[in-house]
Amino acid sequence: MNQDSRLDPDVLLARVQAEEAQKVKGKLKIFLGYAAGVGKTFSLLEAAHSRKAEGVDVVVGVVETHGRAETEALLQGLEIISLKEIEYRGVQLSEMDLDAVLTRKPQLALVDEHAHTNAPGSRHAKRWQDVEELINAGIDVYTTLNIQHLESFRDIIAQVTGVIQRETVPDRVLDEATDIEVVDLPPEELLQRLREGKVYIPEQAARAMDNFFESGNLIALREITLRRAANRVDEQMREYLQTYATPEIWPVTERLLVCLSGGPNSERLIRTARRLAEDLKTDWHALYVETAETDTLTQDNRERIWRELRLAESLGAKEVITLKSDSAAEAAIDYARKHKITKIIVGRSIRPRWREWWRGSFVDQVQERSKGIDVYVVSEGKVSEKGEKAQPQISKESWPSYLNSLLLVLGATAVSFIVSAFLAPTNMIMFYLLAVVVAALRLGFRPALFTAVLGVLAFDFFFVPPFYSFAVADTQYLITFAGLLIVGAVISTLVARTKSHAEAIKTREAQTSSLYALSRDLAGAAKLDDILRTVISHVGETIDAQIAILLPHGQSLSVQASSSGFSLGEKEKSVALWTFHNGEMAGKGTETLSSAQLLYIPLQTGGRTVGVMGVKWVDSDEGLAPEHRRVLEAFSSQAALAIERAYLAEKAEQTQLLQATERLERSLLDSISHDLRTPLSSITGALSSLLEEGDVFAPESKRELIELAWEEAGRMNRFISNLLDITRLEAGAVKIKKEPYDVQDLLGSCLAALEPRLKERKIKIDMPPSLPLVSMDSVLMAQVLNNLLDNALKYSPPDGLIEVTARTRDKWLEIGVADQGPGIPEEHLAQVFNKFFTLNRAEEARGTGLGLTISKGFVEAHGGKIWAENQPGGGSKIVLTIPLTISGMEKASPTVGEKK
Amino acid sequence: MNAENLDKNIPRILVVDDEKAIQRFLKSALSSAEFSVHIAGSGKEALAAAIAIRPDLVILDLGLPDMDGVEVLRRLREWTQVPVIILSVRDREDDKVKALDSGADDYVTKPFGIGELLARMRVALRKAIQSSPAPVYKVDGLEVDLEHRRVSVQGKEVQLTATEYDLLRLLVMHAGKVLTHTHILRQIWGPAYIEQPHLLRVNISNLRRKIEPEPNQPQYILTELGVGYRLKMAP
Repeated sequence: MNQDSRLDPDVLLARVQAEEAQKVKGKLKIFLGYAAGVGKTFSLLEAAHSRKAEGVDVVVGVVETHGRAETEALLQGLEIISLKEIEYRGVQLSEMDLDAVLTRKPQLALVDEHAHTNAPGSRHAKRWQDVEELINAGIDVYTTLNIQHLESFRDIIAQVTGVIQRETVPDRVLDEATDIEVVDLPPEELLQRLREGKVYIPEQAARAMDNFFESGNLIALREITLRRAANRVDEQMREYLQTYATPEIWPVTERLLVCLSGGPNSERLIRTARRLAEDLKTDWHALYVETAETDTLTQDNRERIWRELRLAESLGAKEVITLKSDSAAEAAIDYARKHKITKIIVGRSIRPRWREWWRGSFVDQVQERSKGIDVYVVSEGKVSEKGEKAQPQISKESWPSYLNSLLLVLGATAVSFIVSAFLAPTNMIMFYLLAVVVAALRLGFRPALFTAVLGVLAFDFFFVPPFYSFAVADTQYLITFAGLLIVGAVISTLVARTKSHAEAIKTREAQTSSLYALSRDLAGAAKLDDILRTVISHVGETIDAQIAILLPHGQSLSVQASSSGFSLGEKEKSVALWTFHNGEMAGKGTETLSSAQLLYIPLQTGGRTVGVMGVKWVDSDEGLAPEHRRVLEAFSSQAALAIERAYLAEKAEQTQLLQATERLERSLLDSISHDLRTPLSSITGALSSLLEEGDVFAPESKRELIELAWEEAGRMNRFISNLLDITRLEAGAVKIKKEPYDVQDLLGSCLAALEPRLKERKIKIDMPPSLPLVSMDSVLMAQVLNNLLDNALKYSPPDGLIEVTARTRDKWLEIGVADQGPGIPEEHLAQVFNKFFTLNRAEEARGTGLGLTISKGFVEAHGGKIWAENQPGGGSKIVLTIPLTISGMEKASPTVGEKK
Repeated sequence: MNAENLDKNIPRILVVDDEKAIQRFLKSALSSAEFSVHIAGSGKEALAAAIAIRPDLVILDLGLPDMDGVEVLRRLREWTQVPVIILSVRDREDDKVKALDSGADDYVTKPFGIGELLARMRVALRKAIQSSPAPVYKVDGLEVDLEHRRVSVQGKEVQLTATEYDLLRLLVMHAGKVLTHTHILRQIWGPAYIEQPHLLRVNISNLRRKIEPEPNQPQYILTELGVGYRLKMAP
């Protein structure tokens, strides 16, 4: 943070963004009270009526009157949206119909009891989440809330009143609310109302409520409520000051870190940290360190850790980190130093004392290393929930490994017997130690300990006088026993730890390398399909789950790719759609739509959601372990980036295409304009001369002008024909009418059509008389030949020979038109068939460059090929082939067609 | 022009085309060629004029605004056998064939030269005047004696198969006029064969090889691409 009085640009930006977001989002006004019965619902309804009188469109989403007449009276005159009936285990429950309200889209909706838990089967687990959706849809909401419903106050209030609140609302809801109105009532008056029976209390809580509604408690609660509201105002003022730059002295930067352990007190820790951070007006981080012990945690404990991490996130932790390490304390301190943490908050240890005496508890270790950092130790508090202690999981293979231990000891004993003849008894110990080491390496910690104990017993029994009894003659052996046990225990511990360390490293390495592999493969994948497949295979393998990726398709999502054999029903797709629109995780294991079969993760880049990833564990009972969570987060952001990249690449391609098309269109227009105007100017010139100066000209000159106009008109006609042909080709409107045709006939009619221009030219035709009939569209092929001959005439000197050849070659008809012109440069041999391509020639010989393109189009429509060659003696040759096909009629024979 | 073409009356030509430019051009050109020209700008006008004027030849544009040209043709053919020449555009071979098969005598493709049109008009008018062809057809070295069934080229007699002769004879009888593929097939082979154009191709090919001095550049049997064949008219 800046020490000077300049505005922090980040703060400004955040403010502007928040304000903008506010414009689109609805406003939330919370009617806050310190206990039930202070009159929140009443005030809410009164306010609603005022707004209605102002002309605002108000509807009632859900308002609980609990039979109080005064409140019910206030409902009169307001439009009420019917509740949705949900049946759950044979019981009819009513909840607010969220979709009905969204569809109705009022300006203001009234939603009572913000902390209410929705019936199972509702879209969201909590009503405050419903309200969030309404706000995001641009609908203003009025709601009511009691102070004890706030997360961070839960344990304070539990301390004060002895009652634990089950239904809570995250603190950020209060912070993000646009307006808070405190509904206050002096405690004596509240108690009076209670006595008059005007306060609603659910029957189950009656007894607890007696405790609650004690004067002292109420006073305390009232104070907490007012103070909290004051905090909010203070914060608003602070924001204002920050934005509008009134110079102020900023406090020294503190930064907090809370270390989570997964124990039952972690929730309390988190909330304490938050309050402390708020008081100090700083950021706070939450950290959980996975050690070797984490692997032995039960499923429930893992889920608890997961929930705690999310709680920390929802309460506003700046960073929520999970690390893997051998020593939790070391990892914590490392992190603290790296991030310049000034205060660390830890909970008192929950582990039994005896385990801590060796290395000290986590707290002790942290304190040892924490030079320069304050350490706050939070006590468990008066009330603690009955939490599950971390029960180490007994290895499933316990029985066989103990058996193996026994075998090892027996083995050691046997060997010792053999050796006992030569060596002193103390040497046998080595064999038992060896057994312990082997057990530690192969069987695990406990079996190794068991081996040590067994070994001692065996040693005592077999090798210590008196033999074959557990009595000890020489008390010195007691030291040996003790030594053996201790060493055995130490070795077991060390080996076990090394093993778990090695495994932790292996897992971490595996995850890192799988993430690296994903990045690398994604970098190489260019097309969207490749990207999706890569993501699915990597993620699916790494966390052993089935993956589906959904991408936007019009208004909804569609499954673009999934692991094999995996399909999503409509219900699942609607959950995915919710995730897409709201940019938050939903589905199994979350608090939103948790009845879904999959967990849905939004794929987001830069605040924009590009798609949704659905995850289904193969072992569907397994929850989301913290390490899997990390993996999923990392993978999903990679995937989102890659998908966005694919989209952008596609857009870029389209833009390029558009630009290319525009360029082509321009060149086309230029070309057409030129090629129409040129003959036209000759014609106009000639005719105007004749019109205006006609008498002056001699008859031959007149004739010449008229002939010129006639020729140019012919040229224009040909050009326009070409244009029409090319338009037809482009529009795909060329229909081939194939009929068996005589090539000779075709050529003949082409030459006849070109007759006037052929008069002074040398044409040679090389065609075998027995050419079969060829299946072709005669009109199109005539066009082709016309174009080829036209080119030959244009581009070869007047005395050059033009040669036309036709012959069959396997199943093809091959026609070639050769001239003795300048030829085509090598590099242009393929390009001459491009639209508007012309070689730079003298003006007279230039055409528009459409002839060959049209020929190519028509030839290829026949299924044939056309190409250009240079002749060895100079000049160029265009060759085309079309299939002979058509069944049956191959050869023209003299007897075919005779009348019967 | 053949002397027999001139009748006591100057031949009356009905030009049916909605384009002012074509009307102007044809009126001017045909009047100079000593025809009497009447103009109709639409199908309805054409049918009315045909009844009123009783023309000797109709030049009918297929691209009329109010009616299909073929429809006009059909209506005319209901009561008159007046020769009709179609004006059409390039790439509409199907339309030409349809018109010819519906009773038109010949066609000209726009843009056309006046010489081409006049030649076809002459052929069509001659056909109207004469009913039986001259027994011997002669043009440019080709001689066909219909009475004695003898064909010779440059004085040398040529042997034709029966089918080839029938084919040539049909062409000669309609010399100068276009015959559609369908028409020829129907006349020579019969209605069952109109879907077998290869029969025609083969025979034309063989015929050309026998009578054309340069089969690759035929001068007698001319191909009308996509439409049919035409025998060059004797002057």
